[in-house]
Amino acid sequence: MYEINGERYFIVDGHIHFWDAGPENRNRFGEGFIKCFYDYHQNLGPEEYLWSLEKFAQYSEDDLLHDMFEVGHVDHAIFQPTYLTDFFPGGFNTTEQDAAVAEKHPGRFTVNGAFDPRDGEAGIAALEALHDRYHLKGVKLYTAEWKGESRGWRLDTPEAARYLEKCQELGIRNIHLHKGPTIWPLDRDAFDVKDVDHAATDFPELNFIVEHLGLPRLEDFCWIATQEPNVYGGLAVAIAFMHTRPRYFAQVIGELLYWIGEDRIIFGSDYAIWQPKWLVEKFVDFQIPEDMQSELGVLTTDMKKKILGLNAAKLYDLKVPAEAAAVAAGPGSAAIGSEPVSPA
Amino acid sequence: MITADEVLDALSGVRDPEIDEPLTDLGFVAGVHVDGATVDVHLRLPTYFCAPNFAYLMVADALEAVRALPEVRDVTMTLDDHFASGEINGAVATGRGFEAAFPGESTGELPELRDLFTRKAFTARQSRLCDALLRAGRTVEELADIRLGALGGDPDVTRCIELRERLGIDASADSPAFVLPDGSALDAQGLSRFMRVARLVRLSLEGNAGLCRSLLATRYGIPDPEETAAA
Repeated sequence: MYEINGERYFIVDGHIHFWDAGPENRNRFGEGFIKCFYDYHQNLGPEEYLWSLEKFAQYSEDDLLHDMFEVGHVDHAIFQPTYLTDFFPGGFNTTEQDAAVAEKHPGRFTVNGAFDPRDGEAGIAALEALHDRYHLKGVKLYTAEWKGESRGWRLDTPEAARYLEKCQELGIRNIHLHKGPTIWPLDRDAFDVKDVDHAATDFPELNFIVEHLGLPRLEDFCWIATQEPNVYGGLAVAIAFMHTRPRYFAQVIGELLYWIGEDRIIFGSDYAIWQPKWLVEKFVDFQIPEDMQSELGVLTTDMKKKILGLNAAKLYDLKVPAEAAAVAAGPGSAAIGSEPVSPA
Repeated sequence: MITADEVLDALSGVRDPEIDEPLTDLGFVAGVHVDGATVDVHLRLPTYFCAPNFAYLMVADALEAVRALPEVRDVTMTLDDHFASGEINGAVATGRGFEAAFPGESTGELPELRDLFTRKAFTARQSRLCDALLRAGRTVEELADIRLGALGGDPDVTRCIELRERLGIDASADSPAFVLPDGSALDAQGLSRFMRVARLVRLSLEGNAGLCRSLLATRYGIPDPEETAAA
């Protein structure tokens, strides 16, 4: 719990990793991948939180626990696995790796699973086995993952629908999606989130959390989220812009509040790219600059409480202590719709 | 004799199709070497995994721009440090096209992709112009009536005209200054709605451009223009 100025914030870090990108576990693509992450880390994070590339590639369980719970203000953290076995032969950040840590610290972590529709029948059985073992409440999907000759997949295919049906049947309600730069066919816009629209319409009982807000396609994400009440925005990556580009972040959060409202925005650090400590502290202190408020409005304490933890707690049925739970009701999941109203 | 400056000048006419800014401004030109009528250019991008479709378009456009210079005989255009450098450089050099670079991985939709992003770029420029006019005290009603010829010579206006011409949208002086990305007209109410969405497109585009500049600076250890601008 983060307490400041008489307010208590229940913090759920909705997007963390415990990866292994050490030299023994990567090929040239894996090396390119972790170096790209590292450039984000160096570029957007405050200097006092920067690690060496060696540590960044392979940090310890102690680092993770320290950065989350000892100093990071986090009450509960959600592991979002990313397998990437074509880049990291032993897996970059698998459900099993995450669960090995989570099992030692009951109540602290949620372990999400993953699936890949290109795995066909075997993949369905694997998802069932993963669920049996870890009682999944969510999955993280990475549509740009390479697999042999294939450079990705889409969520709006019959093959993907079979997996979503299985999720529904098993009670795995939270579908986190990350869009990356390579997907089939390569000559289309890989960041396009329209396939999420299709799936969200067909599976109204599932929640679709678009990680990184579909950036750099914020317009496509907002357009879909206004029309699909079960689409959420994950702030990982976007929130890190608070440090180097606070005005840009103010615009992003202001637009999100306008288009999808305060109940469908989920905090995530994307640890170990960034650390929750500074993100939480800075977000609680953050305000839309005065000269932008007439257009974008202001961030209230209640909005911050929801974004930093209460919204994710609802999706994952997490118990929130009473002293941190009280907030005024927001617009709920109602979408603004295709005819946006004027800003207040 | 051709000079490196002339080559750079030609490259300044080539834009990143995703963010509509010149490769030279973005720092994507890593080096130009001229030897008589032979030109050797190296390009670089902010990340190892930048989308291969846009990367291909930039390399192909850059090659075409330099080849079009008089007195140039041979051009080598090389994209460095990208997961698909080999495939892209090879296909561009031999003129075999994107599909040859990634056999079986494309469906001939590159022109549609370029068109989509030209329209996004047009939308973002219009948003910038609209907001500037509103800040200067004009009303949305006035903006819905204003003609293209009345906008003056701002660089965003010049770019809007270029984009309209490329998209086949009327760019005459007495055409409406602000239109939907498909060229259709807007009344004041429609313009108001369009501006809300256009602002998002612009935010995506400008945010992406800023991030690209910063990541490139970090990747290659060069000064970050974003930080310099903020200081």
